[in-house]
Amino acid sequence: MVEKSVHEINKKIEDGSVNVVTAEEMVGIVENLGVEGAAREVDVVTTGTFGAMCSSGLMLNLGHSEPPIKIQKVWFNNVEAYSGIAAVDAYLGAAQISNTRGIQYGGAHVIEDLLRGKEINVHATSYGTDCYPRKVLDTTITLDDLNEAVLLNPRNAYQIYNAATNSSKRILNTYMGELLPNFGNITYSGAGVLSPLSNDPTYETIGTGTRIFIGGAQGYVIGNGTQHSPSSGFGTLMLKGNLKEMSPEYLRAASFTGYGTTLYMGIGIPIPILNEKIAAATAVRDEDITTNVLDYAVGSRDKPVVRMVNYAELRSGSVQIEGKDIPTSSLSSFKNARKIANELKEWVKHGTFFVSTPVERLCCEGSAKPMKQTQAVPLVKDVMSDFIVTIKKDQTVQDAAKKIWENSFNHLAVVSDTGELVGILTAWDISKAVAENIFDSVESVMTKKVLTCAPNEPVDLAARRLDRYGVSAMPVIDTQRRVLGIITSDNISKLLARRY
Amino acid sequence: MKIKICIPTERIHNPIISESIIETGILLNIMVANIDSTYGELIADVKDSRFDKIKNALESRGAIVAILDRPIHRDEEECVECGACISVCPMNVYAFDENWSLCVDEKKCIQCGMCIKMCPHGALKLGE
Ligand code: SF4
Ligand code: SF4
Repeated sequence: MVEKSVHEINKKIEDGSVNVVTAEEMVGIVENLGVEGAAREVDVVTTGTFGAMCSSGLMLNLGHSEPPIKIQKVWFNNVEAYSGIAAVDAYLGAAQISNTRGIQYGGAHVIEDLLRGKEINVHATSYGTDCYPRKVLDTTITLDDLNEAVLLNPRNAYQIYNAATNSSKRILNTYMGELLPNFGNITYSGAGVLSPLSNDPTYETIGTGTRIFIGGAQGYVIGNGTQHSPSSGFGTLMLKGNLKEMSPEYLRAASFTGYGTTLYMGIGIPIPILNEKIAAATAVRDEDITTNVLDYAVGSRDKPVVRMVNYAELRSGSVQIEGKDIPTSSLSSFKNARKIANELKEWVKHGTFFVSTPVERLCCEGSAKPMKQTQAVPLVKDVMSDFIVTIKKDQTVQDAAKKIWENSFNHLAVVSDTGELVGILTAWDISKAVAENIFDSVESVMTKKVLTCAPNEPVDLAARRLDRYGVSAMPVIDTQRRVLGIITSDNISKLLARRY
Repeated sequence: MKIKICIPTERIHNPIISESIIETGILLNIMVANIDSTYGELIADVKDSRFDKIKNALESRGAIVAILDRPIHRDEEECVECGACISVCPMNVYAFDENWSLCVDEKKCIQCGMCIKMCPHGALKLGE
């Protein structure tokens, strides 16, 4: 039995005799020396990760103006921060986007600009009080002008994260990047073998108060992250660090096309090897860490699992789905994760970074709940018209015109002999056919590529599709493509009228 | 060099490419072809010295020929070497080397622009 204390390890750091390796190096050491040997030899294992961490932000204090202002609303380079906290404190979220530049520039960019020493415009408004009479404030600041600039990240360093793919026929723009149609690619995030929480999955050494590497500075874990879901392997950390001590090498703003802004954070956590159990955990390899590839084509909370993969497969460059090799892309940088683990290793080696004992353990059971919703989401079947006029594809244009006129109904669903939906015909299509003197079968003038929806889809998703493709109605079909009804922009307007 | 050949709607039914190749005897290495009943767009490789001749042949038949001379440019300062661009590039311009550094083989680029939208750090541009 090997037993070491954090105190002993720190003594070794002080006298320079500490043996510290990265989590990547630890894999081979445990292979060679066995768990016990490795636990005896190695004192600290360093981890690292560098990737998109949306749930990050800056807590800052501007100092008081003259005359003073109790800031009610505040913008930094036109990005709004939350300032409902005392007079001149604000919290600038990384994912907040600019009022003027949209998703090209957001909170993350303001944070990076501050770190790079750039001047930031501040605009603030208030209602004015006797003690804080000022109502409007405009100034410029740099990082040096702030009293405090503390990065306070509610949810960073996911233990693992789902990989993403797309079964649909169009490109999806997501926080997992651009997902190409028909399973065209897979994107993933996380540093696998170097990932901090994957190297300490039961949180033996990582807890509240653990000293860490954050953005190139020393910072701390201040508790579990929001949505901490340890039972499913999705542990997260809440972190803090001083922006004034950080380096833009390890903190970078990013913007995902069609999604928004986020902050790339570099995090490194040292794991003191106190016993064999911890040593064994830090020997984790890419192939031991598994995650699910989810289908992001399903715009709902529960995305179908396409398959399970491990990080070795993800990092190999391609993963098989249905016998096809699908190229993979990482969204986080393994090269930078490695750099962080190595930098932290140097700090420990050279006695500038000491390991710590958490003042409290993180809970390693339980999972994040979905949102409680008091209003049921209306489904397509709740608002669709189940009255729908159909026509056979070999009937004439004149038959169609007659049907539309008799039923004063704008859309005809065109069906095959066996009742499956094959097209759609609108009054407009008929006008066009008449104008062009085409009076053949319905089939020759109908629209063949019909947008459809399913009865159990939330109405919001159907509305988004109508809007995206600029159509006014979609047939609702079952799995056999039989027409159940139709949903029109009219149905949706009526629903909204009821809601508000 | 890489060239882009656009075939307008009214010419789509003529075998413009084949005729031009037969007439000039110049071989085109077609890398991408998007052709349907309404429009055609091809990207092809051709020897620099033969370009003028094939261009004349194609253009005399109504095609529009442009040289693709703005290969992809990566701002190395901005790039964090994540690899997000790897999977969307149809020409495999990007890859990791054994140190997980990003390698860019610009010569293969057909300037489709897919990677530009993908890069979270705005590090990619089609050069001027
Ligand atoms: S996606 Fe952008 S930041 Fe990432 S490796 Fe490619 S060029 Fe670099
Ligand atoms: S422009 Fe297209 S071909 Fe060129 S590197 Fe980007 S994705 Fe690849």
